[in-house]
Amino acid sequence: MGAKTNAVLNILAAAVLGLFLWWAEGHLDGYMIQILNLIAVNIILALSLNLIYGFTGLFSLGQAGFMAIGAYVCSILILAPEQKEMLFILEPAYDWVQTAQAPFFVAVMAGGLIAALFGVLVGIPLLRLGDDYLGMATLGFAEIVRVLAINLPRVTNGALGFKGIPDHANLWWNFGWCLLTLFVVIRLIRSNSGNVFKAIRDDETAAKAMGIDVFRHKLLSFAIGAFFAGVGGALLGSLVATIDPKMFTFVLTFNVLMIVVTGGLGSITGSVLAGIAITVLLEWLRFVENPVYFGDWELPGIPGMRMVVFSLALICIILFRREGFMGKREFSWGWAAGRFFKKADRHGT
Amino acid sequence: MAPDAVLETKGLTMRFGGLTAVKNFSAAIPRGSIVGLIGPNGAGKTTCFNMITGFYKPSEGQVLFNGADITGTPPHRVCRSGIARTFQNIRLFGNETVLENVMIGCHLRQKTGWWQAVLCLPSNRREERAIAERSRELLKVVGLQELAGEQANSLPYGAQRRLEIARALATRPAFLLLDEPAAGMNPNETQELMGFIREIRRSFDLTVLLIEHDMKVVMGICEHIWVLDYGEMIAAGPPEAIQSDPKVIKAYLGEEALTHA
Repeated sequence: MGAKTNAVLNILAAAVLGLFLWWAEGHLDGYMIQILNLIAVNIILALSLNLIYGFTGLFSLGQAGFMAIGAYVCSILILAPEQKEMLFILEPAYDWVQTAQAPFFVAVMAGGLIAALFGVLVGIPLLRLGDDYLGMATLGFAEIVRVLAINLPRVTNGALGFKGIPDHANLWWNFGWCLLTLFVVIRLIRSNSGNVFKAIRDDETAAKAMGIDVFRHKLLSFAIGAFFAGVGGALLGSLVATIDPKMFTFVLTFNVLMIVVTGGLGSITGSVLAGIAITVLLEWLRFVENPVYFGDWELPGIPGMRMVVFSLALICIILFRREGFMGKREFSWGWAAGRFFKKADRHGT
Repeated sequence: MAPDAVLETKGLTMRFGGLTAVKNFSAAIPRGSIVGLIGPNGAGKTTCFNMITGFYKPSEGQVLFNGADITGTPPHRVCRSGIARTFQNIRLFGNETVLENVMIGCHLRQKTGWWQAVLCLPSNRREERAIAERSRELLKVVGLQELAGEQANSLPYGAQRRLEIARALATRPAFLLLDEPAAGMNPNETQELMGFIREIRRSFDLTVLLIEHDMKVVMGICEHIWVLDYGEMIAAGPPEAIQSDPKVIKAYLGEEALTHA
């Protein structure tokens, strides 16, 4: 399958997605649209973590920290000055926080860039650590961001957070950023730099012997991952319209990790499919938290039950299919065509 | 400095705590030669490799490459300066394809980087196509062109060894270190390997230093040999001299072999 055919098919797929979004906007209710939005944001977050963990092999649990940075930066930039005056009741905002303004695209971009900057700053000391230690240290970083958000009331409005963030993040913005993330990550992974990331994951010593500046490439992957985590956080903030430090706990990182592991570490396709499936399931599974009636007898609903179900599901996946649904495999048009024509052949004969 | 030595070590010493793994290793390797480093297990041969390639920082001594001091330089810079190596226990990028393994070796000489790839710049596309082309040619040199699309892990042992050499050649080295290239090969394969090493020396203009236990290989292709025992150099010279050196025979076979000889 030639490069041209592939490009045409990709554009067609994007057009079909566009048509679907256009249809969804007119025909689906707010709840369904919210789920679609969450799917887009979760895919962005999953791709970001997959780049860091799945492709470069850096066990990072700092996702929530980068998301918080992105969300706060973006919210400060899109909240109107009058809104900010109303919000900051504990202590008045700094002048630069009060006056900062930017259009939505620039605000999301800024959220991503500042998250990437923090990625570089914490990456320089932390990326010298191996495996589990890196996980611990990045987890610590995410907690530091959260505690700072509580204790810098003149920037973040402390524990109260922001309310009434303008809901610019509609289907088009979310899926636009989702496609952009997908494009960048695919281009990156398919290039020789992507091969280098995978080389570091497979064998760091051999990568060094091949002349690869391992530290520099780890930092690069970490910063790009942090950028998209920041973007995801920024979109999420605008999507749910309310952010506060409690939102950015480890549970948020865990959700993203669950998507990446379920889909397959090192599979972009896996992250996309699992992003869709798990977002939908997380909503659908809410029924386990509702009270259940057996005739007259009532089993009271237990809040948080769906996370129990999900954790059990994750344990099962790790036990029975450690490499996730897709392993390291990827979808390609050539593969799809092969499947399709094979089936057609079988029907023909 | 010896006339036209590509690599020279001066008094290299490596201590791990109280243990001296290599003591006072000095050698000058003539440009364009194939030379060997031998010795019983645990003699410190791989430690020497690791000091030359920057994986260990020597406790004492110097490594000069083309006259420049590279002692203590990190491994990726050593490789960039023109020294490539293979590993005793093969270290391929197992999840990647055979072709990708070689392409990764080409990366350090690549000019366009990640952002040119993301922006789909033609300069990047052209360069990566050239790299894939060159990698295929290198695979042809080691006879793996048919297996370019296979996952590296799935190759048979001998093919993995050859892939590791192709990957090392991809970095455009002037000096190649092979750590036990004939390990696990049958006599036929060993014979081929000897021809192959001579061939790449000629076509890639290399100097080759190899660690090897197979004496047929060592005596067959090495022009000069250094012998290590318990970290100390006990002999150095051309193969014929080494073969009849009583100290070497003692190190390999023990005292009795000598008295019975």
